[in-house]
Amino acid sequence: MTGFQAPNVEWLTLSPLLVVFLAAVVGVLVEAFVPRAQRYAVQVGLSLAAMVGTLVASLVVFARLSPTADEAELGRVVAAGAVAADGPAVFTWVLLSVLGLLSVMLFAERKVESGVLTFAGQAAALPGTEAEREASTRGLSHTEVFPLMLFAIGGMMLFPASNDLLTMFVALEVLSLPLYLLCGLARRRRLLSQEAAMKYFLLGAFSSGFFVYGLALVYGYAGSMGFAQIAAAVSADTGSRALLLGGIGLMSVGLLFKVGAAPFHAWTPDVYQGAPTAVTAFMAAATKVAAFGAMLRLFYVAFGGNRDDWLPMVWAVAILTMVVGSVLAISQTDVKRMLAYSSIAHAGFLLTGFLGIRSLDEVAPGGLTGVSAVLFYLTTYGFTTMAAFAVVSIVRDAGGETTHLARWQGLGKESPLVAGVFAFLLLAMAGIPLTSGFTGKWAVFAAATAAGAWPVVVVAVLMSAVAAYFYVRVIVLMFFAEPVGDGPSVAVPSALTTVVIAVGTLVTLVLGIVPGALIELLGNVGVFIR
Amino acid sequence: MLSLIVFLPLAAALVLLALPRLGDSIARWTWVAVAALDLALVVGVWLAYESPAVGQLAFEEQAPWIPGVNSSYHLGVDGLSLPLIAMTAVIFLACAVYALREPDRPRLQAALFLFLQSVSMGLFVSADLILFFLFFDLSIVAMYFVIAGWGHNDAGRSAMKFFLYTFLGSLALLVGFIGLYIAADPHTFDMVELTNQAPLNGSFMAGGLVLAAILMGLAVKTPTVPFHTWLPPAHTDAPAIGSAVLAGVLLKMGTYGFVRIAMPMLPEAWRAWAWVIIVVGIISVVYGALVALAQTNLKRMIAYTSVNHMGYIALAVGAAGLVADDTAQARSIAVTGAVTQMVSHGLITGALFLLAGVLQDRASTYDMDAYGGLAGPAPRFAAFFAVGAFASLGLPGLSGFIAEFQIFTGSIAAAPVTAVALVGILLTAALFLRALQRIFTGPTRGRSTGFADLRPTETWSVGALLFLSLLIGILPRPLLDIIEPAAEAVVELVGR
Repeated sequence: MTGFQAPNVEWLTLSPLLVVFLAAVVGVLVEAFVPRAQRYAVQVGLSLAAMVGTLVASLVVFARLSPTADEAELGRVVAAGAVAADGPAVFTWVLLSVLGLLSVMLFAERKVESGVLTFAGQAAALPGTEAEREASTRGLSHTEVFPLMLFAIGGMMLFPASNDLLTMFVALEVLSLPLYLLCGLARRRRLLSQEAAMKYFLLGAFSSGFFVYGLALVYGYAGSMGFAQIAAAVSADTGSRALLLGGIGLMSVGLLFKVGAAPFHAWTPDVYQGAPTAVTAFMAAATKVAAFGAMLRLFYVAFGGNRDDWLPMVWAVAILTMVVGSVLAISQTDVKRMLAYSSIAHAGFLLTGFLGIRSLDEVAPGGLTGVSAVLFYLTTYGFTTMAAFAVVSIVRDAGGETTHLARWQGLGKESPLVAGVFAFLLLAMAGIPLTSGFTGKWAVFAAATAAGAWPVVVVAVLMSAVAAYFYVRVIVLMFFAEPVGDGPSVAVPSALTTVVIAVGTLVTLVLGIVPGALIELLGNVGVFIR
Repeated sequence: MLSLIVFLPLAAALVLLALPRLGDSIARWTWVAVAALDLALVVGVWLAYESPAVGQLAFEEQAPWIPGVNSSYHLGVDGLSLPLIAMTAVIFLACAVYALREPDRPRLQAALFLFLQSVSMGLFVSADLILFFLFFDLSIVAMYFVIAGWGHNDAGRSAMKFFLYTFLGSLALLVGFIGLYIAADPHTFDMVELTNQAPLNGSFMAGGLVLAAILMGLAVKTPTVPFHTWLPPAHTDAPAIGSAVLAGVLLKMGTYGFVRIAMPMLPEAWRAWAWVIIVVGIISVVYGALVALAQTNLKRMIAYTSVNHMGYIALAVGAAGLVADDTAQARSIAVTGAVTQMVSHGLITGALFLLAGVLQDRASTYDMDAYGGLAGPAPRFAAFFAVGAFASLGLPGLSGFIAEFQIFTGSIAAAPVTAVALVGILLTAALFLRALQRIFTGPTRGRSTGFADLRPTETWSVGALLFLSLLIGILPRPLLDIIEPAAEAVVELVGR
């Protein structure tokens, strides 16, 4: 009997993940042992340090990416085949650490709620009871949100890097569970928030169930959980195709739910509206990055061999998602719901880029692949949407945030700077040149057209025009409508939120004017290791 | 030099924006000064200009921008763009002078128009498709704010319609550009390179689809029937200087795209679909004139004559695609006429819209029936409007004649059936004369009573535009000398 052989773990390559998870665990201990008065400072300091740490670690790993043996791809498979630290994965690590850093800042904002976090004082106190009032007068805050968020980020980083189905499922759950909780923790309008959390949890649980079922079927087909082995089985075309196709279909349900693609989008508006705005910003930006990263890897690496089977499905979903998102957004009267539908539409545009799959020899050197186009779009959309939700979080009246669009009338007269920034971000989402939204759209359209998916691109163009309508409508409302009553007021946020808005806007502008460097970088790293 | 011309107004706009406490009159005069300086620079370029070889540009500037996709910051002028740049500078200067009496947020208005001037200049000098598209879209954004912010009546709705319609068109254009990019080998967005390659020659289907996307984008902006429905409400509700720029400059972006992008880069597809373009042109000419004839709102009427005038251009460039050995010279004349028409229409319609703005300013209505005998209280206004109207209907001695004469000479030689469009000229004459009669002749009545005549700012701005139209009408040679080599080059490229 041979002795137990410990797996070889590449600590340095995995360090970005380890830093986040370690900090999350320490955060839980902080909750248990540090006195209440100091928890806020300690938790914020810890989370910021963790995000900076993981950013540095990710950058180090990114800089050390080296070609594989046959020099076709960058990166290596680590942790006994469970994690693939290749170009796309490490790029999403870097992106997620930056977005996570900004999210921590949004979470830590206390000035707009006059000294307390925007999260519930005591989640266990029922809305409208004496206990809630007491928690509120004592100025309690749930600092547990910080470790929860760190766990979510850890899961998100693992998700697109997972190299077998089991790791992918674990990552999916690690990122989802904290998000369900965070959604229910709003300080104001708590019933709405709790309802959102409940809906998200129930539907999310179902979708996870679908994912696991699909996973089991694919395992039955390929006899292995590893992506490389599944890819080999797919190209050898042994085994029952019914198992494979069923598995692909069920797993797509789980993933398309996470990215908010139609027809699995129904949770998005309710959850985006009910969740605390900081959490919405975090979800909208970071979850999309993680879920699309994972989807790209699963479909391109494991199921790349039979893409003719699943491409028609993605065509249909992409078209449906763009149409549903853009058309339903028109009739929204709430800013957060409108942005939620717009995020659905953006998921559709991302899926359009996803269709840009081509085999390596079809792509000219340095040409735009589906992977690099989608990653580029994710970068642009992540920063824009985070800044947009950050703006939403500071437009307030006596009852908290005023998300009803009618209350935004005349914001341009009240505070031209905030309204101007928001208008710029909306124009970016509409895809106007000189903003990152345009370069992002251009990238996914180009990738999809090159792969022959031009009918989808035509729909995407039509839907971009529809989407422009509701973005511009908000601009009209802010600048050319008279304020109703005393109108909204803009709370002066602390430096934290200001930094988030500034960084998001700046990235939106810079990637709109000089996208060249990032596109080139992604052209070099945008290949999955197999 | 070109970069300076493009970015000088933008820099001034940023300065105006950055100084919120600036006095109104300083802002207005800064605008005039910058517009004048920009015009002076353009005149400098004009004097130093020598026609480049076929497929080449003068005053080229190139710097890497997005090297990953072979898109660069590439500027240059030739005989197609130089006249349009000059016209753009003139129109913006005229608008700056006209707006010297503007009471409503003059600092912001000046900044917005300077930005729009940068964008328009940039579009006409860009030699890279992405750069072109960028300016194309930004012009929509800026004009949207002009209409929504300074318009009257139902301005918000008209602005929205304008934005969505033209934005959709621009997206179609983007798809076409991506098609060209992908077909080119090596992939590139550079216009000079794409013109040399003509990448889709030989693939009938793909060429047709890409041309369809590009034509749709340009046709919305031009606009030709059936994509013109955004134009009348946008013009009716826009402020006077907004209308002048919209008709004078922004519409030319569409027609300029025909001669700069569609014809030289997709010659085979252009030849295959030339008849479609001719038919669309003829319909635009006749339909635009007929609908204009039925209008009672003066500004709406002028807007519809734009559809008619843009139809002549579509007709001419379409006829240039009917390649036959013995008609090369005729086709070249047609293209020359088309470019001349762009300049001429910019000047004349710009002037007419500024004059229409005077009606709104004095009596708050464009309804022709509300006036009568206006020549009595406002003789200068009447005289200017009459000159503008005669120029627009193509009276010899004014620029409209030079343009339309060449268009018809060239088109009829290439395809005799295009003579049908001559009806358009007759209709235009009828509608302008009818408008003159309704507003200016007869006893003074209605809103005409107490109508103040043109003020100096209005006189100078409109006068300058009309004077240039007269100058081109009498001495067309300097302009034609610039256009003709470029028109011949386009005809040669289409014949490949």
